This record gives sequence, structure tokens and C-alpha cells, in this order.
Amino acid sequence: MLLIRCPYCEEERPELEFRNAGEAHIARAADIAAVSDEDFEKFFFIRSNPKGIIYERWRHIHGCARFFNAVRDTVTDKFVMTYKAGEPKPDISKLKKESGPAAYANRPPDQLNVKKPAAKRAPASKGDA
Amino acid sequence: MAKAAVKTATAARAPALAGRDFSATGVKLAVLAPAERISLRAPAASVAALSKALGVTLPKAPKTSASKDGRTALWLGPDEWLVIDEAGGDPLADCAGVKALHSAVGVSHRNVGFSVTGPAAAATLNAGCPQDLSLAAFPVGACSRTILGKIEVVILRTAEDAFRLECWRSFSDYAFAFLSQAAVDAAA
Repeated sequence: MLLIRCPYCEEERPELEFRNAGEAHIARAADIAAVSDEDFEKFFFIRSNPKGIIYERWRHIHGCARFFNAVRDTVTDKFVMTYKAGEPKPDISKLKKESGPAAYANRPPDQLNVKKPAAKRAPASKGDA
Repeated sequence: MAKAAVKTATAARAPALAGRDFSATGVKLAVLAPAERISLRAPAASVAALSKALGVTLPKAPKTSASKDGRTALWLGPDEWLVIDEAGGDPLADCAGVKALHSAVGVSHRNVGFSVTGPAAAATLNAGCPQDLSLAAFPVGACSRTILGKIEVVILRTAEDAFRLECWRSFSDYAFAFLSQAAVDAAA
């Protein structure tokens, strides 16, 4: 299961709590009635559908219920970063080096929700399921 | 037919699953008594006034709760709280006098509360809840809206080995059956 970082809950949460809400940063025209049919079609139906980095809206529906934006790689399904709704589109070429990956699988244990790992468990005895 | 006494019927509340409980090795489930609850939405500017009226400071940090005199405020979202009053008070009436912008909706009968207690309580909830419920990630007082199996629930850790779980009334049969089975599995 993916762990997705919710920028409002400020921690990684299991993907079951989230729902995708389509592509992000699609601005609605201030005067939608004046938009030509061709432009309206682009606004309403046409999506970028890239192979690679995509900017998406996600909703933490079974958590804080807030919409936020996420940068996701459609090839690897890796969440590069998440940020609050309304914040400007991040420049991903700069981000890739500096910020840590948002996905659980790419984070070392000391950067997860748990601040410090608990005392080591006793090794499981053989035959234990 | 001269003495046709008029009988007035008084409707008795029938709380879902009232008094039910279930025990397995290391974990005990119980359906909690009815409580007053409100769903509270308010911007940051109204929080101080509402906290004063409710008598409990509304928490501002994610996944935290505050409790005072039988009344608990659970952070659900940046501007959303669930307030549970188990002491017989009426949080809805307390909010009614607040002039600051807010929305308080009574949801007392929408929810059913369960307690899950015992050393295997976290394991029981983790049968259907994908969150990390270890003490390090989910300390006492932590609360979160999340999922249990296929329903949405609110979980509050009331003690190291005790949780309060709130689900919608119509889901309570599912929640109780799910937790009962999970308790058996967690004990095994």
C-alpha cells in the first residue's frame, strides 16, 4: 500500500484514505459564458494525460477531508511531493534534488511518522507465522 | 364508549446495539452509552470564542484531541472538530450563544460509540484500519478519522490500551461484527 503525505495532517497516511480528484491547476475562466466552444472543450474535457510527472488533485476523504495537490509519476506511481490547495505549481526540476520523496517506500524509517524507532523486537522464533 | 381515555404514547429511544459487549483473550469490546455530539466547523478566528463557550480548548494540531470534564474535542480537519459530551451537557446549546462565525450541527444520534480495550486493542483495530496505531505514532489522546474495513470511523486513543471508536449508526452492526471477529483473530 502506498503512503501518501497529506499536507494538512502533516504525515503519511495509507492510500485507502485518499481519493483522486483529477488533474490540478486547471483554471476556470472568470467569465465562463464568454468562452468559445473550442476553449470550453479544452477546459472541460481535454486533459494532459502525460507519461511521467503529472499534477493532480487528491482528497483525503477518509481523514481531514481536505483537497490538496500532488505531483505523481504516472510510470512508477511514485508521489514526488504533495502541497496544499491554492499553493503555486512547484517547479519540479528544482525539487527533485532537494526535497525528499513523499512516498513511504522511498523514505528511511527515521523520516516516517514514528519519530524514533521503538526498542528492537525480540527475533521471531522459527515456525512463528 | 363513554370513557374513551386518550392514551398518549411516548416514544422511547432505542439506541443501536445498546449494552452489547464482546470479550476475547486480551481485548474487550463494548457499545458505549449514548452521548451528546456535535460536528463543529469554524475558521481559525472563531476558535477562541468557541473554546470558551464549550469549556474545552479546541485542538489546532492534526491528530490531537482535548478533554475536560467529560467533554472531548477531536481534531478532524483544519477547521473541523467532533465534540463528544458524555457528562450530560449540551454542547449544541453552548455554541448557540457564540457570535463568531461557526457551524455546529448536532450528530448525537448519528454516531454509535464503541470502546475497544485490552492489550490487543490496537491489533484488533488494525485488522481493518491501515493506520499505524503504535504508541509512538498514535499516542494517548491522538484521534483521527480513518477507515475500518469498508466504513469510515473516528478513532480516539483514550489510554495506552484503550480506544474509543465512533461510527455512523447504520454502520454499527457491521462495525461490531467486524470488531468481534477481529478480536478473536487478534487474540489467536
